[in-house]
Amino acid sequence: MSKRVLLGLLLSISVAAAAAAQEPKTGGVINAVIQPEPPGLMLAMVQNGPVQMVSGNIFEGLLRYSPKLEPQPELAESWTVSEDAKTYTFKLKKGVTWHDGKPFTSADVLFSVEMLKQTHARARSNLMQVDKVEAPDDTTVVFTLKQPFGPFLGIFEVGSMPMVPKHLYDGTDWKTNAYNNAPIGTGPFMFKEWQKGSFIRLVKNPNYHEKGKPYLDEIYWQIIPDAAARSVAFETGKVDVLPGGSVENFDVPRLSKLKDTCVTGAGWEFFSPLAWLWLNNRQGPTANKKVRQAIMYAIDRDFAKDVIWNGLGKVATGPSASSIKFYTDDVPKYPYDPAKAKALLKEAGYNGEKVRLLPLAYGETWQRWGEAVKQNLQDVGMNIETISTDVAGGNQKISDWDYDIAFTYLYQYGDPALGVGRNYVSSAIAKGQVFNNVEGYSNPEIDKLFADGAVATPDSKRKEIYEKAQKILVEDVPVAWQLELQFPTITRCKVKDLITTAIGVNDGFKDAWLDK
Amino acid sequence: MLSFIAQRVVKGVIVLLAIVVLNFFLIRLAPGDPAIVMAGEAGASDQVFVKQLREKFGLDKPLPEQLLIYVKGVATLDLGFSFRQQAPVAKLIMERLPATLLLTLTAFAISLALGILFGTLAARFAGTWLDTSVTVFALIFYATPIFWVALMGILLFSVTVDWLPSFGYETVGGNYRGFAHVLDVAAHLIMPAMTLGLFFMATYTRMTRASMLEVKRLDFVKTARAKGLSDGVIQRRHVLRNALLPVVTLAGVHSGTLIGGAVITETVFAWPGIGRLMYDALLQRDYNLLLGVFVICSAMVLIFNLITDLVYRLVDPRIEFAA
Repeated sequence: MSKRVLLGLLLSISVAAAAAAQEPKTGGVINAVIQPEPPGLMLAMVQNGPVQMVSGNIFEGLLRYSPKLEPQPELAESWTVSEDAKTYTFKLKKGVTWHDGKPFTSADVLFSVEMLKQTHARARSNLMQVDKVEAPDDTTVVFTLKQPFGPFLGIFEVGSMPMVPKHLYDGTDWKTNAYNNAPIGTGPFMFKEWQKGSFIRLVKNPNYHEKGKPYLDEIYWQIIPDAAARSVAFETGKVDVLPGGSVENFDVPRLSKLKDTCVTGAGWEFFSPLAWLWLNNRQGPTANKKVRQAIMYAIDRDFAKDVIWNGLGKVATGPSASSIKFYTDDVPKYPYDPAKAKALLKEAGYNGEKVRLLPLAYGETWQRWGEAVKQNLQDVGMNIETISTDVAGGNQKISDWDYDIAFTYLYQYGDPALGVGRNYVSSAIAKGQVFNNVEGYSNPEIDKLFADGAVATPDSKRKEIYEKAQKILVEDVPVAWQLELQFPTITRCKVKDLITTAIGVNDGFKDAWLDK
Repeated sequence: MLSFIAQRVVKGVIVLLAIVVLNFFLIRLAPGDPAIVMAGEAGASDQVFVKQLREKFGLDKPLPEQLLIYVKGVATLDLGFSFRQQAPVAKLIMERLPATLLLTLTAFAISLALGILFGTLAARFAGTWLDTSVTVFALIFYATPIFWVALMGILLFSVTVDWLPSFGYETVGGNYRGFAHVLDVAAHLIMPAMTLGLFFMATYTRMTRASMLEVKRLDFVKTARAKGLSDGVIQRRHVLRNALLPVVTLAGVHSGTLIGGAVITETVFAWPGIGRLMYDALLQRDYNLLLGVFVICSAMVLIFNLITDLVYRLVDPRIEFAA
């Protein structure tokens, strides 16, 4: 046998061995942490992070998204878009059943759309673009839009538009429906048990519509309220998965170094959490553009990233995170430059007026960040008063516009028309809202750009529009962008394929398996 | 005695009603309401949505009307509905109450038993090394915050020597039955109960010691000694019994504090009790649930205080059931 043949043979054996090693294995139980305890499990009724994380296994959307945000089939097996970009036709998968055995049909989709308009704030806003929804047969759903809407295919993942079983909710009082706490979905795992305050147990759906999946037998979501105790639970081997944000950031480097531990920052591409400081554009010193620019120069964002966030994340360049569509870094830059900040404050005529800073009550990391920003701003001569409050109190103050500077972080949902524009267009200014344009920035040019960007075709045109909008916004500094946050998911290395889409752990564990 | 209990129950109901009304307004003084919290979590908000939520929660009605609805509910033993958790408040509380009672009563028993034992020892051997050791030991636990003791306990007994579980009420997925289940829960209970108990134990130790030293000086003890009674009988039947009154009073007062302390202990050890439920309800402005927990806790404190009054009578028969 010649050397070349032998080498070829060896190579093919090793490739085959590698392929075999990656072949998913069936069976096993995963213990994951969920924090805080979900208030309910009905995704259509409550949409906070923990609910999505658990219920993303029970419920499904029509689509899911690849890490590059390309739509992939879930309950819809295919879709077509009309030439005028106003009609979207979805063909649903055949043979899909709810966990109680009833068939999933287009009637469920129609019902879900109507229910979500009343119970799901984000779905409601996305669906405003829809003129009518029709179901010509059991497996076809046609959405007709009022006008073309570029990101329309981006609103169908499970958290944004979960499908609800019509036969269990139609004609009932949704808010007191008993299935809210024992949900029935079409997803890869079925709800089994919820010991309040202890754990939520999901079991494999044997009739799942993707043959062979899911691979795991059970998932236990363990409820551990204290961050230090969650770290210990992972350290002592009691849990296998710490989803992003479950432990304080300063514990991440230590846990990452533990034996047989894998860490990934993937799975946040769709959400792209971006942290910034709301700056009140209506009144006080921050109403002056020069003061807002000074704040950008005064804050050492690299310090925040490297020290407070332990090197995780990325310094934000503007209103779009770098992972979402039409991002550009060709915008004015604000490096850490206290001297320039001082000069700008002087130019603006700032005379030491009191500025109220509202940190975010999300735990230790955020508290430290608030202190660092306060110090940065004091260093350039600003008179900062920190207002301490809990989350509800903070939300109330922000929605009443009763702040000067306030921390926040928001998801961007993959497209500027879904998650960026809402924070800057003047039509999104309304007292009593926690998000949207609470800073009170108003610029007719920006309003027009975001209005045009949402309906423009093709994508090259949208790109041009959004790049222009980013430049204007970064020049105006309506808010002070800080970091693209990264919430690493920490797992035992035996847990494979946990994160396969842009929605990460919120998309269910249907691809996950244990390499025992 | 029955009329005494009946009068105390009537007074208790009045106090409970006052607590409900007071808390009803106090909670609403805090900024933010459930609609704001839920809109915040939904990742988007528009005014119609927030308005819809407020209507759903009944928060759009005038405050006196909301209060009337709530008081009527409580009077008919209906604690209302938690829209946040989409379940009746009574059901949510009853799911958690057994765990809290197990934790607090165990901690209470540990603290009282050990506290009286150590206090008695310290008083009996006052001025010796044993007294000094007990006093210092008690002082350390009295001065150390509960969460710190908890975290150090976890580090030592769970992480370092791996003797005890670090969190939870039972082994998740363990499926233990019968006695094995009892042992499993007991293993999970040791650390939280000790953590919560040690603080109160320190108080009872110091109180018992001080009280016994004071009683020891009284004339009747001298008389007992002159009668030729043995030291053990004097300590047990005369000194301790008379010295226990302030300890019993303190224990009654502590019944409420124990539940408060349980919030921290339950959080650190992921113990599925009512303290954690109350804390979450407060953060989420889940008014009905929070008020429900307050009602139950207040009722428990009133019951504990009634028991304290009855125990007084047992400890010191001279005390009459004067209403």
